[in-house]
Parts: sequence; C-alpha cells; structure tokens
Amino acid sequence: MELSFTARNVMLGAALLGVAGGAMGSFTLLRRQSLLGDALSHAALPGICFAFLLTGSKAPLPLFAGALIAGLLGALTMLATVRWSRVKEDSAMGIVLSVFFGLGIVLLTYIQKLPTGNQSGLDKFLFGQAATLVEEDVQVMALLSVGVLALLALFYKELKILAFDREYGASLGLPMRSLEILLTLLLVVVVVVGLQTVGVVLLVATLITPAAAARQWTDRLGVMILLSAAIGAGSGVLGALVSATVPRLPTGPVIVLFASFVLVVSLFLAPRRGYLWALARERRVERRIRRENLLKDLYRVGEGGESWDRFVSLPQLMGLRGQSSARLLRSARPLLQDGLMQRQGDTVRLTDKGRREAAGVVRKHRLWELYLTRRLELPSDHVHRDAEAMEHALTDEAVTELDALLGHPELDPHGRPIPPVVAGAAGEEATA
Amino acid sequence: MSPTLVILLVGSLVAASCALVGSFLVLRKLALLGDAISHSVLPGIAIAFFLTGDRAPLPMVLGAGALGVLTVFLVELFHRSRRLKEDAAIGVVFPALFSLGVILISRYAAQVDLDLDCVLYGEIAYTPWDLVFWGSRSFGPKALWVTGGVLALNALFVATFYKELKISTFDPELAGSLGFSPTLLHYALMTAVSLTVVGSFESVGAILVVAMLVVPPATAFLLTDRLSRMLILAVALGIVSAISGYWLARWWDCSIAGAMAVVAGTLFVLALTLSPRYGLLGRLLTHRRLRERLAGQLVLLHLQQGEARLPVTLLERRFGWSRGRFQRTLRRLARAGWIEKGRDGLRLTTAGADFLDSTGGSHLAHRL
Repeated sequence: MELSFTARNVMLGAALLGVAGGAMGSFTLLRRQSLLGDALSHAALPGICFAFLLTGSKAPLPLFAGALIAGLLGALTMLATVRWSRVKEDSAMGIVLSVFFGLGIVLLTYIQKLPTGNQSGLDKFLFGQAATLVEEDVQVMALLSVGVLALLALFYKELKILAFDREYGASLGLPMRSLEILLTLLLVVVVVVGLQTVGVVLLVATLITPAAAARQWTDRLGVMILLSAAIGAGSGVLGALVSATVPRLPTGPVIVLFASFVLVVSLFLAPRRGYLWALARERRVERRIRRENLLKDLYRVGEGGESWDRFVSLPQLMGLRGQSSARLLRSARPLLQDGLMQRQGDTVRLTDKGRREAAGVVRKHRLWELYLTRRLELPSDHVHRDAEAMEHALTDEAVTELDALLGHPELDPHGRPIPPVVAGAAGEEATA
Repeated sequence: MSPTLVILLVGSLVAASCALVGSFLVLRKLALLGDAISHSVLPGIAIAFFLTGDRAPLPMVLGAGALGVLTVFLVELFHRSRRLKEDAAIGVVFPALFSLGVILISRYAAQVDLDLDCVLYGEIAYTPWDLVFWGSRSFGPKALWVTGGVLALNALFVATFYKELKISTFDPELAGSLGFSPTLLHYALMTAVSLTVVGSFESVGAILVVAMLVVPPATAFLLTDRLSRMLILAVALGIVSAISGYWLARWWDCSIAGAMAVVAGTLFVLALTLSPRYGLLGRLLTHRRLRERLAGQLVLLHLQQGEARLPVTLLERRFGWSRGRFQRTLRRLARAGWIEKGRDGLRLTTAGADFLDSTGGSHLAHRL
C-alpha cells in the first residue's frame, strides 16, 4: 500500500508517542498517578494560548515550549499543594486540571475574538488532529521522545526504586524528591509530544492503557516497560493506518480503542492474572473440594459400619450434604475413573486406594479440630466448620508438623480416632 | 426574565448541585471521577441520539446516565478484582468510552446537529434562549428546569441519606457493621454524580462541571473540619465563583464557563494561603512562633542551669546561631521581662524562672 506523505507523518508521530507514552506510563501506573497525565494534558492548554499570543505564530517550537512550561507549572502546583496542605492528590489534580483548562478556554475564546485569531487552529489541541502533523512537528516529537527515553534509561535504577519503595530509596540517600520532579518533568514532555496527535482528553489513555495491559503479563518492571512501549507503538501505528484508510475516522480515538482492546484481551487471557485463568483455578479448587468431601463422607460411613466392604447407597450420601444426585454423580465420576471407588448399581464403596486417600483428608480434619480445641481453647462444638475449610488447604508438611506439635494424638476432640499416616497416602495426595 | 439573570441562576444552580455531591467525591479521594464520567457518557448521548433522531433532553439524559453508571461499574470491577488500581481503572475506562463516542459521532452524525463542541463545551451564554415549550406556551429556559431539577434531586438525596453518607465516607467498615451497604450507597452517590454531570454539562459545558465538582469542595475542605459546614461552604463558594465569573467574563469578553473556573481556582489559592487553620501562611506563622518559643526556652534554660551571669558573647558562641536570630531572641526575652541585661552579662529574672517552670521547662531540661 502506498502511503501519502501526511499518513507517514501521522504514523511516525503515533509510533513515537506510543513508545514514549508506553514507557512513561509504566512508571505513572506503578506510582498510582495514572490520572496525572490527564491533569497535565489539560494544564498545557493555557501555555499553548500564551505562546500564540506572545509570538503570534503557530510554529511548533513556541507552542511546544508554551505547553511544556504550563504543564510543568501545573505539575509543580499539584506537587506543592499536596506537600504543603491537607488537600489530597486527587483533588489537587482535579483543581489543576479544571482551573488551568478553564484559563485555557478563557484565552482561547479571547484569541478567537482577535482579528487574526479565527484561523489560529489552536483547538486542534483539544481533540487532537493527527492529520495536521507536519514534518517539523514529527521532528520535534522525535527529539523529545528520544530525550525522554534516554533519561528514563539513564536513571532507570533510581526511578525503579522511586516507583516501588520511596522510603527505601530515601534511606539509601538517593534524592527522591529530585527524582520525583525529574519523572514529573518527563511526563510533561510526553504529554506535550502527544497533544497534537490524540488531544487533551485521550492523552491519558496513551500513557495508562498500554501500561495497564503490559502489567497483566509480567511482574518485572523492565519487561513491563518494553511490552508497554510495544503495545503503545503497535496501537499507534495500527490506529494511524486504519484512520488513514477509512474515511471519517479520527486517529486519536482509533489508537485508544486499539490499546483498550489489547487491555481487555490481557485482562482475560494473561497467564495467572487473567480472569479466565482465575476462573479455571477456581474451578480446579472447587473440583478438589468436592472430591475430598465425597471421600471423607464415604470414610465416615465406612468407619461407623462393621466392614469397609459394605456398599453405601447413593441416596444416603446425598442426604449427608443435602446435594442433588446430579451433583453427586458429577463428583463421583472422577473417583470411579481413578479407581478410588467402586460402583454397584445404586451403591458405591471405597477401594483400598480410595480409603488411604480418604484417611488422609479425615486426618487433616481431625488434627485441625484438635489443634483448635487445645491450642486456641475453642469449645469442641465450634471447630467443625473451620476444619471443613482447612482440610482442603493444609499441606502435607503442615500436617506432619501439626501432628508433632500435638504429640501424635490418636483421638480428635469428639473422641473419634485420627487415622494414622498410611504408606502411599501422601503420594496419592500429590497426584490428586 | 433577563438573560443575565438566567445565566447567573443556571450557573448558581450548577455550582450548588455540583458542590453537594462533589464534597463527597473529594472526601472519598475520587475527585477525578467527575471528569471521567463527563467524558465517558458520550457514547450514551450518541446512542440516544441515533435511537430518537433528535436532541430531546430526556433520552439523552437517560443514555448518558446509563453510561455514567456503567463507568462506575467497570471501575469498581477492575479495582475490586485487583487487576488495576482505582486511579488506573478510571484512567483506562473513560478514554475508551469517550473514543467510542467520538467515533460513533464522527462516523454517523457528522452531518447532523450533534457535534462535540455542543455536547462537551455546552455554552452557558446560550441558555437564556433555549426555551421549553408546552404546546405553544413557553415555560422559560430549559437549562433552568434541568439544573433546578438536578439540584432538587441532589439536595433530597444528601438530606435523606446525610448520616449514612457521612459514616460510609469516613468509616466504611463501621457503615457495613451498622447494617447498611456502603457499596449500594456508593452506587447511589455515583448515580447522583452522573446525573449532575449529565444534567449540567449540556447547559454549561463539561469543564465547568468538573471545576465545580472539585474546586469549591476542596476549598471548603481547607476551611473547616465539619462535614455540614463543608457542604454549606462549598455551595456558597461555588455560587460566588459562578456569579463573579460571569462578570469577569463580561469584562474580558471571554468564555463564561472558563472564567467561572478561573474564579473558583483563585478562591482556592486564597484559601490555600490564608485559611486560618490549614492555610500556608497560618502554618508558616505557627511554625515560626513555635521556633521562636523553643529558641527562647533554650536560652532561658541555659541561663537557669549555668552561672549566675553570662556574658552575651560567650552565650552567642555556645549557641552557634546566626547573629540575627540570637539577637532577636534576646530582645524578645528582654521585652517580656524574663532576662535582664547587666553590665557583666545576662541574668534570668524571677519572672523568667516562673515562666520556664510554667511551660514545662524542667521537662525540656531532661531532654537536653
């Protein structure tokens, strides 16, 4: 596909913003200052207006400088307000955002009433008009982005400490306050880089959305920054391409939607943190609990009867926990498959292997009950419910320790025998 | 009704209803949620517009309100499931929804009477001429009805649930243990915020709503420790900002909403510097008074512990303070009659000794 000159500028600009914003956003996300980018993008507006009023030109350099100064002023106002008063960070950001932006609107309306003002085109900064990017803009953007990335790399270790443990950094003698100001300054620069491409409102998304998506995949800051920059650049380039090919599709919103899509995918699919993974984990635990409960129920029926070989009817088992037959059969199926249980018509019994595993579960339950009554001195009629939960959570090492702690007891608080360790039971447990 | 009066009334109504719910946002550290909602409702407005085909206020308010609640729901979902921090959740949800709205509008409504400027930057200056008609009779400006209705709802909400809001804002656990659900109240409050944002910004523009939600309540927060007073002060400050903002805008011939925000910001800066208890100036003065007091006590203590008479130069060398600070301290002490300057040096007077005892000087001596 042949790209027009404008489209190439837009793509370059969006890619630059994606990389710088993604890298920078990782820090602001971790420092819980996600909305600072939003406040600062709004704060830049009066600077742009002042720069235009002073120079009367729309050349990128003075406008960038104006935005930079106003953004910095907004950031310092915010930091100072939080440091020196009882006003909280979120309120301070809200104040800087709305008052600076209000001032910007005042100046903008003032400029529009000037004889030369109508064609100023300053309002492109409000919503962003990537299509108005010229080569000179992209050059300034590239210069600023490279500068930001270089400084981030140079002070990487110090900024990492700032992001995770400010007090620790201070105790090492690092100038945390100066680092904080440096990071804020870099944020202002990134904000200014992005204003013309995506506009005041959406700027925060180019910082936070890629970083939030990257965060789901990794716990390492370095990886997160690279991933975030890649997501930022990818959605930037894709967004620019799509909006260049489809008519009446503004660039900024498309970029943000691409990044948001990556975030949604990450929230669901990222290993360990993703919602789907969590769901699967939950299901696995639930299955194990159902399995262990059924084993335990059979064991208790068996130990009460004359012989382990007697079959137990399904309705009797259903009655123990008040569960439906469908549910019971669902729990029973894997036990039958694993050879822990035998079925004969509507009755079942534990196999030897099943009895060993069941004994392990009952052992955990009863040891925990004994622990609660002896060590925490709870009355014996209060401990069953707690043990119902703990029997699924205790590890084998914990059980061994518990057993030693209690002096290898033989009876639980209700006078029932605690099954001894059976050879092979631990092995079965591990494969369960 | 004169246009000026309509604008002043609409501005004051918006200021009052924003201040009522905004105070709770500020106290709950969610000041920026108003800003987020004011942007994320855009697709709701767009969809309502496509469904009804015109700019009737009711469907738009409903569509926007639904999106406002959706925003809060999504933020809570990400935050509660610990995938994202609350601020990050806000920061990813509203741009995504806003983008959706912008795309919907620019793809499908570019030719019709719905553009971003009038949705987000509603102009308070036009409110006197946008009238409500019933049949052929005019019932006055639409914005007055909408913002008046929002204020009535907010006042009713805050008055009815005042105690519950107060407890769940300052101590959510206590609220839970008292038997009412902080979550439910949170959603109720956020619905009120959404309604306020939506009801107001169509008439006055998003930026004024955001400013009025945060700035007057934060200003009031610097002036009082009582919730009831904070609410009243926030409403009053909001109305003052609206009225003086209007005249400022007339004078400068610029955006009325912008000028109102600027006045609100100026009032905040005034409170930040001059508030008796929490202002910078007050704190600076208190800090200085304490420093002076401690310096005086140290000199008195030194005189009490040491020889009967001490030459000034020796004392000055021992303390090692700057000359100005040392001389000022001595002058203050002499003026209070606590020390005497003789020819051979300084001496503690009985009044000075009494003062030292009364202020726990002996306690200080322990620590030296």
